[in-house]
Amino acid sequence: MSELKTDREIDRSKMTVSDEVAIEINGMNKWYGAFHVLRDINLTVNQGERIVIAGPSGSGKSTLIRCLNALEEHQQGKIVVDGTVLSNDLKNIDKIRREVGMVFQHFNLFPHLSILENLTLAPIWVRKTPKKEAEEVAMHYLEKVKIPEQADKYPGQLSGGQQQRVAIARSLCMKPRIMLFDEPTSALDPEMIKEVLDTMIELAEEGMTMLCVTHEMGFARQVANRVIFMDAGQIVEQNEPEEFFNNPQSERTKLFLSQILGH
Amino acid sequence: MSDLSYVRTEMLPEQAPPATAVGIIGWMRENLFSGWFNSILTIAAVLFIYMVLSIVVPWMVSPTWEATSLANCREILAELGREGHFSGACWGVIRERWIQLLFGFYPPELYWRPILAFVLLFVALAPVLFAEYVPRKLIWFSALFPFLMPWMLWGGTVWNPIAVVAGFAIAYFVYKAVDTAVGSIAAMIAAVVAAIVWWLVLLGPVVAGLSSIIPLGFEVVESRQFGGFMLSITIGIVAIVVSLPLGVVLALGRQSDLMIVKAICVGFIEFIRGVPLITLLFVASTLLNIFLPPGTNFDIILRVIIMATLFSAAYMAEVVRGGLAALPKGQYEGADSLGLNYWQAQRLIIMPQALKISIPGIVSSFIGLFKDTTLVSIIGLLDPLGLSQGIRADANWNGIVWELYGFIALFFFVFCFGMSRYSMYLERKLQTGHR
Repeated sequence: MSELKTDREIDRSKMTVSDEVAIEINGMNKWYGAFHVLRDINLTVNQGERIVIAGPSGSGKSTLIRCLNALEEHQQGKIVVDGTVLSNDLKNIDKIRREVGMVFQHFNLFPHLSILENLTLAPIWVRKTPKKEAEEVAMHYLEKVKIPEQADKYPGQLSGGQQQRVAIARSLCMKPRIMLFDEPTSALDPEMIKEVLDTMIELAEEGMTMLCVTHEMGFARQVANRVIFMDAGQIVEQNEPEEFFNNPQSERTKLFLSQILGH
Repeated sequence: MSDLSYVRTEMLPEQAPPATAVGIIGWMRENLFSGWFNSILTIAAVLFIYMVLSIVVPWMVSPTWEATSLANCREILAELGREGHFSGACWGVIRERWIQLLFGFYPPELYWRPILAFVLLFVALAPVLFAEYVPRKLIWFSALFPFLMPWMLWGGTVWNPIAVVAGFAIAYFVYKAVDTAVGSIAAMIAAVVAAIVWWLVLLGPVVAGLSSIIPLGFEVVESRQFGGFMLSITIGIVAIVVSLPLGVVLALGRQSDLMIVKAICVGFIEFIRGVPLITLLFVASTLLNIFLPPGTNFDIILRVIIMATLFSAAYMAEVVRGGLAALPKGQYEGADSLGLNYWQAQRLIIMPQALKISIPGIVSSFIGLFKDTTLVSIIGLLDPLGLSQGIRADANWNGIVWELYGFIALFFFVFCFGMSRYSMYLERKLQTGHR
């Protein structure tokens, strides 16, 4: 896998990790029927951290971050997101979802709504923001992801990279404290990966707490402050990117890295 | 090597395409005569159409509008020297009976009521069907029309529709009160119970009291005086309007995680779909009385409407379920991840897309339902088909077939074709595609 690099210097002035805990996972287990997908996950994420989760397919990395906003249910253990305990209580779940933005592999934009409506929908209905204000915020974020001129089009009229940037902007309109990325560039053409990664880098520069499931190791090297390697539903290794790539400890990690960086 | 180099010195002017490729001739070559076999088929089809029309058109052009009986028709035609089976239509029956075919035995001096209701029906439908051309406030009239229409058709005191609407208001306030005090599920149950108690127990005395103080209302028309196309349209429209939301609820219930809700919905849908509509209509007309307390007067048309609605709702639920199944799972996840709750996600994200996908199926169900209203003639209601039995039994018109049924068929065709065209317009309008 080639390593895409951004052509500009990354501004690290605001990329600081605070002591405040954003996410805490304690002894979390999950099963699909009898299949044990996540095994004894323990993870603490501080506010401002940028974490990349890597691993072979089927290792449970997507499932892990999908548990964090209750798109998947976990059966054992405790998850605390932004001070709220994730339980079966719908009110808690809705509260967490309001504070946690998520970007999907397949964008999941709403095809029957225009770009602007996609962005203003949740602020208007969930945050009860007045329509005019929501539209101003939406336009601000569309400018940020560099496609304000597409506001009145429909998702189907945009390219994949543009759709993914709209999806990022849509999450940001809710002013989330944490952003989850579930393989945001996996469904994109190589040319479009860069524009999405650039958007994500800008987000990181502003100090957003981010959890990214991705195979973009260049992004992990440059932006992440921690890389987590998962295999068979477990966290196998985690370290700072420099150490992780140059001096992997476990055999499984070495094999994985040799395969994905090998050519 | 000079052969390979070429420079154009003069630009060619634009020329018209050959006459055989464009215009009428081009179209005919492509569509009618694109080979010897197709040419033969075209000629045969033209001959066949000519043969049919040469019988039907002279039959239809028949100066019998003023005739007073079938025998009279035959005399008129015989005078013109037209004899035989297809010598001419007998339009006198339509002239004499068309009012009856429209209104049944509705009192003639009150015809303005169904006519006004029919006109207002389109006013009420406009904000739903053509939302972008009509002021949004009109939707309030659409919401009230289902209560207004029965009152206009059946008459009675004005307090009846008002009290029925009040039931919804009561349910709403009970919901609000209990929701803050206890919780949303308890509030839902309390609201339904309160509304049912109001409608079944309190409504009668309250309406009686109010109308004795302020007697305001229309002359009452009995259900047995209803008939004709008015009856078909009444049953059809009410069943169509109620069955769609009911079908959506059933489709959602069928997908629910709650075991009991799911079981009830699946059971209902499968039971209703497994039984012919005729059977349900017989249940409505005869069997239902056995289960009701003696002396209750449960209007026959209302019973039929309920059965037709339930029948249609079961089919609607399956059509909508098809639309739901066609939506990618990502749409639900996208909505969830933004913090929309279940009902918001359904209303804003899922249903607009699922219903759009289901439009052809939904409209098919509507058309089927509207035509099925003719089945009520079997349980003795006088819809156009029921009336035509009576008309044909009349000594004057005994023997009339084509004219009557043709007239009825034309009426149904106009309505069903209209629905079909509208659905195609709607599909085009909602096309945001390129997905």
